Amino acid sequence: MTAEAYLKPVPEPTYESKPYWDGLKSGRLLLQKCGQCGKIRHYPRPVCDVCYSFEVRWIEASGLGTVHSWTITHHAFNPGFKLELPYILVTVDLEEGVRMQVPLRGAKETDVKLGLPVRIIFEQVKPDLVTPACVTAS
Amino acid sequence: MSLKEKAAITGVGETKYTRMSGKSVLALQLEASLNAIADAGLSPKEIDGIIPYSNSLVVAEDFVTNFGISDLRFSATAPLGGASCVAAIQCALLAISGGVCSNVLIPIGRNGSSAGRIGTRVQQMPQFKVVGEHEMPVGAIAPAQLYAPMARRHMELFGTTSLQLGEIAVSTRHNAILNGNGMMTRPLTLEDHQASRMISDPLRLYDCSLESDGGAAIVVSGADRANDLGKPPVYIMGVAEGHPDSPSVITQRPDLTRLGIAKAAPKAFAMAGVSPGDIDVAEIYDCFTYIVLCQLEDLGFCKKGEGGPFVASGAIRLGGELPINTHGGLLSQAHMVGMNHIVELVRQLRGEAGKAQVRGAEIGLVTGYGDMGDGSVAIMRKG
Repeated sequence: MTAEAYLKPVPEPTYESKPYWDGLKSGRLLLQKCGQCGKIRHYPRPVCDVCYSFEVRWIEASGLGTVHSWTITHHAFNPGFKLELPYILVTVDLEEGVRMQVPLRGAKETDVKLGLPVRIIFEQVKPDLVTPACVTAS
Repeated sequence: MSLKEKAAITGVGETKYTRMSGKSVLALQLEASLNAIADAGLSPKEIDGIIPYSNSLVVAEDFVTNFGISDLRFSATAPLGGASCVAAIQCALLAISGGVCSNVLIPIGRNGSSAGRIGTRVQQMPQFKVVGEHEMPVGAIAPAQLYAPMARRHMELFGTTSLQLGEIAVSTRHNAILNGNGMMTRPLTLEDHQASRMISDPLRLYDCSLESDGGAAIVVSGADRANDLGKPPVYIMGVAEGHPDSPSVITQRPDLTRLGIAKAAPKAFAMAGVSPGDIDVAEIYDCFTYIVLCQLEDLGFCKKGEGGPFVASGAIRLGGELPINTHGGLLSQAHMVGMNHIVELVRQLRGEAGKAQVRGAEIGLVTGYGDMGDGSVAIMRKG
């Protein structure tokens, strides 16, 4: 078996985001919840913008959400995505009140609409990396 | 203290805009700067403030060295991506009105075409670090992809169409051909726009701006001196910058259809003491057609959601109620990060805009848009 070069951009987790990326590896979508006032925030960052507490409690999100917007990419801005063209990227409103941008798998372009229910899935893209994606939720 | 008309644009300059300059970025910036300084009737040694563009490797010291400036009193950067050039006018105004310096040079220049694809360079910029960590790894890499969800949501909420975006591309191309220093020289039709390949839906090829080599620069001087220089001054009536909610990541922004300029516009109009109906000509930052449409709404030229019908009515064409991007913009003249928009507005207000001259233009507006939605706006009047 030959190891093919992984061409896509690779995340460099920060001190604040490492638990998030570790969570994905174990198939869990973890979000930061303020340890003081309870506000949930994403993407991971150091301090709560409501009460300014640095205390964080990681919670496991349901992984359920709806489509807030989307784009369908027809041009490979990175050679690692060439074989996936065209691909759908959706902006997801998670039930927990934050968003994430992820690819939508297994759906037709014409299926995508505002409010479409989706569920986050976990894709092992290389031995030490799991990235999030989503599928249509029934 | 109002800063209204405490400073003026006294000089503007450009190089040729090309696909391959064959010159260094520094040389392009020096050439454009010398043109702007000569236009102002100043000597390079009279420049005592410099605001270089933070995304090029050129620094204020390069101008001190090359121009033999002996007493540079002010330097700063305004790191707002494409909103930098207009935001730098605010910096210059503050420095000049505060008595720190008298003549501020704001240069820009790039080999945006020959030295590397703009679309792939952004991931190295510090302001893209959050997107770099969370969105580029899943395939949202270039500005066209990052901005497309804003356009798509606008379309879904308000019924905006690709044809309406096309009107912006078509009228901008028309103006570029009149300009004489535009990279795009062939007319564009709505059919051409609709037939152009999809980059990241809903943005087609002709919804996207150019990649260009070249340089552009302006000189901002104190209003007290501006009358004695080479050209009639163009006074800065109002200027402001605005940062959107969730400025680093569009995905997390509460309202995807509102840009940073929505916060800046009321401040700039209040400072200038005018309203959108007073604007005779506007140069609107146009990295993508949709960004123009959204800014027109955020500036108050039409209501939120009505940008599509507004542009489709012909309002933005030469001869329309609000001619915009009379030089051809980033879409069809060149991508000079909006400095070319400032240059064009000054020429319009001096009556130097040639075939694209808007008759009787007295008050004009120029905007910048950068990174994930930073905005800047300046309102100017002829002196």
